[in-house]
Amino acid sequence: MEKFVKLTGVAAPLPIKNVDTDMIIPKQFLKTIKRTGLGKHLFDEMRYTMRGEEVHDFVLNQPEYRNSCILISGENFGCGSSREHAPWALLDFGIRCVIAPSFADIFYNNCFKNGILPVVLPKKDVERLMHFAEIGKNSLLTVDLEQQNVTAPDGIVCNFDIDQFRKHCLINGLDDIAMTLEKADKIEVFEKKEKQITPWLF
Amino acid sequence: MGKPRTLFDKIWESHLVDEQENGTCLLYIDRHLIHEVTSPQAFEGLRMSGRKVRRPEATLAVADHNVPTTDRKNGIADETSRIQVQTLEDNCKEFGVKYFALDDIRQGIVHIVGPEQGFTQPGMTIVCGDSHTSTHGAFGALAFGIGTSEVEHVLATQTLIQKRAKNMRINIEGDLLPGITAKDLILAIIGKIGTAGATGYVIEYAGKAVVDLSVEARMTVCNMSIEAGARAGLIAPDEKTFAYIKGRPMAPGGDDWEKAVAYWKTLPSDAGAKYDVEVTLHTKDIKPQVTWGTSPQDVLPIDATIPDPSLISDDDTRKSLERSLEYMGLKPGTKLQDIAIDKVFIGSCTNGRIEDLREVAKLVNGKKIAGNIKLAMIVPGSGLVKEQAEEEGLDKIFTAAGFEWREPGCSMCLAMNADRLEDGERCASTSNRNFEGRQGRGGRTHLMSPAMAAASAIKGKIADIREFM
Repeated sequence: MEKFVKLTGVAAPLPIKNVDTDMIIPKQFLKTIKRTGLGKHLFDEMRYTMRGEEVHDFVLNQPEYRNSCILISGENFGCGSSREHAPWALLDFGIRCVIAPSFADIFYNNCFKNGILPVVLPKKDVERLMHFAEIGKNSLLTVDLEQQNVTAPDGIVCNFDIDQFRKHCLINGLDDIAMTLEKADKIEVFEKKEKQITPWLF
Repeated sequence: MGKPRTLFDKIWESHLVDEQENGTCLLYIDRHLIHEVTSPQAFEGLRMSGRKVRRPEATLAVADHNVPTTDRKNGIADETSRIQVQTLEDNCKEFGVKYFALDDIRQGIVHIVGPEQGFTQPGMTIVCGDSHTSTHGAFGALAFGIGTSEVEHVLATQTLIQKRAKNMRINIEGDLLPGITAKDLILAIIGKIGTAGATGYVIEYAGKAVVDLSVEARMTVCNMSIEAGARAGLIAPDEKTFAYIKGRPMAPGGDDWEKAVAYWKTLPSDAGAKYDVEVTLHTKDIKPQVTWGTSPQDVLPIDATIPDPSLISDDDTRKSLERSLEYMGLKPGTKLQDIAIDKVFIGSCTNGRIEDLREVAKLVNGKKIAGNIKLAMIVPGSGLVKEQAEEEGLDKIFTAAGFEWREPGCSMCLAMNADRLEDGERCASTSNRNFEGRQGRGGRTHLMSPAMAAASAIKGKIADIREFM
């Protein structure tokens, strides 16, 4: 997993509440057996017409946002299906950070497994950053995970909270499974104990 | 005596392998369900890192999302779908995981297959790369959806890295009114607390109306917990739960049965256990429910009219309502019962069980679907549900009324296979999500109970089940 330490770049505004994972990556693209190549289908039904032409006024089709690496959106971002194809599609497009007032649980977890930082900020701060994002390519945001803050072009800094374990894993690009396997002895002890209490599960 | 604990507290605490000072936990996972869509990259990850599946016998695999519901004699026509299903089969063979093939009578929707086989039991932790894993909470199991990286984590370690959720209890007081089903109940709950109302919580459903539900109906309630944002939904196991499990192929047998039941009886929440949030609904206020918008929280009683955005002062809420109405092609003030429909879908992990099909059969027996209905399909949740329905002659009732009787799978709940809505088509659906494009690009979904969907098929527009009683 790629590390996330500090990121400066263009933020794309998507001022919609309850953006669901069906919107982020529609089901016809879930037939893949790979993690890569989904970026061109990110927000497919909003981004392309039925005939496959680009919808000009959709934010990611506008020239100044084609290279966005940050996405700013509304409450409950990523609700619905557990598909990890949603963060894979964001990452493949180039989005490394999503800023919103709140996230759905499974999507939020999935981001951390893929080197994407989901930032929760109060609605007022999100609205202010959304305003800057709407200004376009000359308006760069900086997201600093070490310092836990987002700096807007006017120099104002918004601080955010994050679970310290997740922060540590993201900053160091750690592999969860390798970390857990270091605790294999604890898992074995647990299984031995469980075999006594609930033998029908083994 | 310790502090009184909730059902969730008990399951959580009995599965802790490790807890760090900051509250990050390593949680043991008893059972793991996998399907073709969210598992290929997990197996690929194992292969790339040279890892094995820690306990292959704790995982059960079945293809459901991407399978055809029409004749399967010639396999799957769509190449990418065929490769995905074949990949699941190959991975299961390579890693030693039990797999129900497409031609196996036990094949079906993963959340219908688990309970049906007795794979799902009280007190367990159960995960699956699918958000509707919350279904299994109906048995008093802590069950939740995970992403593909976590699927790989469970395969390799039989554990997950988790933070403890908070406790929410939703009490439903009283007896359900005539015609009201578990689906109406859960839609009313989502309407009340909102689609993010339970984010960060595990919901325990309680109260007389919940206790009185059949085990299958409880699954319908728990299934849609995720639509309220919850990590999981739970219902205390009781005699009904035990009776449902007893004798199923993967249920505890012999001496283990008595031991298991004794253990399961210790699971219900203790008197005086504390919940972070409590919500109460009264059954007298719950009428048949129908969604009108593009989020499950956009739900109203059948006798209501489409809401008017111009009456809403909050900018964000008004804009999102306007967007929903535009997508749904609906005007403010329209009566729900005046909305004509094009297609009817009965099935899914929410409502694809035998009791659901019996409800539908009771209503459509001797009747015909309306002339304006282009397609009305019934998709059983599993091969065993299909077989049972056919033994009872339900399939004959359905086809005589004009319904198509299909092979089991997720089908038009998410429209990954050939079953889908065309642009602008409107559907009465027993599934769980009415998101934009969910049932096909431009398709318009109205969620409701099986009885309501059946009534709507007969009337040709969204109908009130109570008129048919």
